[in-house]
Amino acid sequence: MAVTPPSERIWWKEPVAKAELVWIVIAFLWGLVMFFMMIYWHGSGKQNLSNEAYRTDPAVYAQKAQAMAEKYKVGEEAGIPVVHPPAGSDVYLIARLWQWWPILELEKDKDYRLHIMSWTGCMVFPHNRSISILRSTPTTTWW
Amino acid sequence: MATATQFRTCPTTGLRIDLKAENLIKANAVAAVIFLAVGGLFGLGVALTRWPAVHLLPADWFYLALTAHGLDVLIVWIIFFEIAILYFASAVLLNSRLAAPRWAWGGFALMLIGAIIVNIAVLQGQSTVMFTSYAPMMAKPHFYLGIILFAVGALIGCFVFFGTLVIAREERTYQGSIPLVTFGAVTAAIIAVFTIASGAIILIPTMLWSMGLVSHIDSLMYRTVWWAMGHSSQQINVSAQVAVWYGIAAIVLGARTLSEKVSRGAFLLYILFLQLASAHHLLVDPGISSEWKVFNTSYAIYLAVLGSMIHGMTVPGSIEAAQRAHGYTQGLFGWLRKAPWGNPAFSGMFMSIVLFGFLGGISGVVMGTEQLNIIMHNTLYAPGHFHGTVVAGTTLAFMAITYLVIPLIFRRELVMKKIAQWQPYIFALGVSGISLFMMGAGTLGVSRRHWDITFADAPLKFDYPEAAFLMMGLNGLSAILAALGGIMYIAVVVGSVLFGKPTTDTSLPKLNVISSYGSADSIKVPGTYVLVAVFFVSFVLYYFINWKYLSEIWPLR
Ligand code: HEM
Ligand SMILES: [Cu+2]
Repeated sequence: MAVTPPSERIWWKEPVAKAELVWIVIAFLWGLVMFFMMIYWHGSGKQNLSNEAYRTDPAVYAQKAQAMAEKYKVGEEAGIPVVHPPAGSDVYLIARLWQWWPILELEKDKDYRLHIMSWTGCMVFPHNRSISILRSTPTTTWW
Repeated sequence: MATATQFRTCPTTGLRIDLKAENLIKANAVAAVIFLAVGGLFGLGVALTRWPAVHLLPADWFYLALTAHGLDVLIVWIIFFEIAILYFASAVLLNSRLAAPRWAWGGFALMLIGAIIVNIAVLQGQSTVMFTSYAPMMAKPHFYLGIILFAVGALIGCFVFFGTLVIAREERTYQGSIPLVTFGAVTAAIIAVFTIASGAIILIPTMLWSMGLVSHIDSLMYRTVWWAMGHSSQQINVSAQVAVWYGIAAIVLGARTLSEKVSRGAFLLYILFLQLASAHHLLVDPGISSEWKVFNTSYAIYLAVLGSMIHGMTVPGSIEAAQRAHGYTQGLFGWLRKAPWGNPAFSGMFMSIVLFGFLGGISGVVMGTEQLNIIMHNTLYAPGHFHGTVVAGTTLAFMAITYLVIPLIFRRELVMKKIAQWQPYIFALGVSGISLFMMGAGTLGVSRRHWDITFADAPLKFDYPEAAFLMMGLNGLSAILAALGGIMYIAVVVGSVLFGKPTTDTSLPKLNVISSYGSADSIKVPGTYVLVAVFFVSFVLYYFINWKYLSEIWPLR
């Protein structure tokens, strides 16, 4: 019984029922499948987070974002500039309380190199696609 | 010194019970239940605020209540109860005196004082940092101090537990190896020591930082070390909860485990591999390589998940085998139909197994998969998942065993027996709702820890789908049901402890122990195979559905 010492003193030599063994093998193999699935997706899947991350100085980063915003600004919404950077360029996005800055207008099916930095040190996530950004640590990159 | 210890003999089990141990078990259990009540009310407040039609609390109170909720239930309730379990699994089950009862009381006092300080700090309003207290958010120094005191107290409890194991062995209070439940408790205590060490490494500097003595806490470092504590502490819960499952099956049904070797081996997998898994909280963090994330989250190829999947079969398997040995052999599920569903200890335990597996377990593995995490990280899916593990699993299991602790340790009969019988069902239903509907809302993208999903004061509008609002409403209703189940539990426990009739030897349950199931080859548990097969198919389907879902979102590289 589970609340008393095992009745067979040498319990580690008792045979294991086949029922249990079969389940252990299935569960183990399933673990392997799940393990290789992650690796497989790194090769063949299209949704893998970039591992590129840099430590940057908030001021330097903000300058870059500012410069980009001024250069390619096409309008304004609720006081936030709307920016249309050329395809293929480096695009900068700042996350701060409680908004993204600036608003980006990107073209469908074009590639961009997107840098993101958190200004205020919070976690941010665009609808259904989460990426954490830590204060003055990284710029994460997507294409 | 051994002569100074006073014992009584338990009429049900025939065990000698050290009265000092008994008092400590009572004290820890009572403190646990009080904080569950407090934390549960905060939880209800949070849930009613997230129900857009009700939107109960203002924003600052919402985050304050959320912080208090996480701390009081996840840390204080569960760990107090676990210390009670440790003392029970060592002194009581091993027939031994408790090592250093004074230290144990000292530890208890530290935990209590710590818990009170944290609650005061949170209620003062300057420490609304959630229970994760991520730097660079800063709480007041006494917020961290309270947690540290609590942890030190719990650490003392672990050492008293280990000391008791040593004493029992030296004084030969039992024959052969320690019982399986005690083995599970050892697993929990070993992981606890590791957990508390990680906690000290991260919270002490953070407290100094809050006092102005340390200038900077790196946010990535904080999160990594914090989760070494935060994740492992969940593994304490899993181990303790599985030990409780085995214990209830043994006490209520006289069940023996199918194989001591397999069940102990599965606990060993926890010790060896669980702590590794903390990276699943950091899957979308920058600055951490994919290789490490994959290795780490696959729990070194999912070996700890394997441990849980093994227990998930062996506990129902041993229940089935015991029931069949008692003569309930009809069909595939006769043993289950004829189980003591009117005994809240049994019903709570069995629902805890099922819900932990289906709600908490499957969602946890899916969410812990590196790429799949992208579609649910920081959404309400996360709280949905862990209300399946730590509430439907651990909390329900602890509630269930309380119904045995009251007669056996407090030596009181339950009051309001009807309410006690219904309690596990009401609570399980409410919690399943919370878990499912939060996962549902999370799948629709609703973020966790968020006060207003209508974004009323945001400069730019964003509308969640109607279905998300529906989910939040259903979640609110489920929360009310869960809170009702919680109140019923508290009423029965408090009522029984204060006003219950003292038990007599005849009113106590009798053990009906199965001495053996025969040889390994003759064990037949066909009903359990079917249950396990249903579980496995659900798991595989749900896993691949999520990959399909992932493949439909924007590509990212
Ligand atoms: C009446 C029962 C309960 C209800 C209605 C409830 C409801 C909730 C809700 C609505 C949230 C907030 C989700 C969000 O906005 O992010 C939450 C968070 C949480 N709950 Fe519960 N809960 C209950 C019991 C419990 C118990 C018993 C535990 C632990 C054993 C628990 C652990 C947590 C934790 C750790 C969080 C996360 C806090 C944070 O994000 O900082 N809950 N709960
Ligand atoms: Cu974890």
